[in-house]
Amino acid sequence: MAKRAAPEVNAGSMADIAFLLLIFFLVTTTIETDSGINRKLPPIDDSEAKPPVIKQKNIFTVLLNGKDQLLVEDELMELKDLRQAAIEFLDNGGDGSCSYCNGKKDPSSSDNPDKAIISLKNERETTYKTYIAVQNELVAAYNTLRNKRAQSLYGKSFQEMEADYKDVNWPGNKERLKEQIEKIKLEYPQKLSEVQ
Amino acid sequence: MGKFNKKKKGDLPAISTASLPDIVFMLLFFFMVATVMRQNTLMIENNLPFADQVEKLDKKDLVMYIYAGKPSENYKQYGTTTKIQLNDKFADVSEIAAFIAAERASKREELVPFLTTALKVDSEANMGIIMDVKQELRKVNALKINYTTKKGKVTN
Repeated sequence: MAKRAAPEVNAGSMADIAFLLLIFFLVTTTIETDSGINRKLPPIDDSEAKPPVIKQKNIFTVLLNGKDQLLVEDELMELKDLRQAAIEFLDNGGDGSCSYCNGKKDPSSSDNPDKAIISLKNERETTYKTYIAVQNELVAAYNTLRNKRAQSLYGKSFQEMEADYKDVNWPGNKERLKEQIEKIKLEYPQKLSEVQ
Repeated sequence: MGKFNKKKKGDLPAISTASLPDIVFMLLFFFMVATVMRQNTLMIENNLPFADQVEKLDKKDLVMYIYAGKPSENYKQYGTTTKIQLNDKFADVSEIAAFIAAERASKREELVPFLTTALKVDSEANMGIIMDVKQELRKVNALKINYTTKKGKVTN
């Protein structure tokens, strides 16, 4: 009698098993969104200390009403113009103390990026979507200015620098990079206040 | 010579499905790697808004999630106004303090200052409830927040 080959296992149902697993994973899992706009809330201040006096020209007021309309410095504005307006305000350098600003040096606008404050006020009826869109534009204004500054100082954008800093495989000198990031953050500090 | 005529002419050979399991396994592994298990069963609509200036939340275990939105189709009996969801159930604004305290207690002490609160809010929600949440977070000194958004172009 000749040696018989072992019979082949029927793999026809393998696909069904795999499909079953696949569908199970499709149903029970989600692709998580784990990115967003980071913000820091102001701590509650119980002290009776008087807030420092801030010149009106150093405040950039952004108002969002209940109908999702945008009022910037008492003028109606479209969302798409907000970024540019904020950049012009922050980068103005009105009193000439800011050597790196490229603004118009308009004396009626902000003195210095360090002093310039963006004040955002919204109403209870404002939709979240619009609020996020406005936040996004204001963060974008800061990022644009920081990127420009980083580009001229260190030849790469601020976002790249921050990505490098977080990257464990980045070969450069992390401490120097940190200093550079801090310097740029200091030159264009994010002063975004929200009215409660 | 009937023996040699068994094969009918013009009959298409069956397509081999032997590689089908491989394809499906490939898909399966993709989904296993790219997704995570659902942590909370959402009882609300949670259609996040879009933004393009986003930063990544890096330490997953140091994030507390607060959801808000309208009750979804299956929970219509809870009304149609925006509600907050903590863990697996609807909550009131006043319960946030306890929730944060519980989350803090479950983490190691030295990690507590790094905790971030991620607000996952439906894009149609009103800011009113968010303002209440933020006020509540300020009271318990949980100041680092993240407005979770999808990455994409802002639509308005």
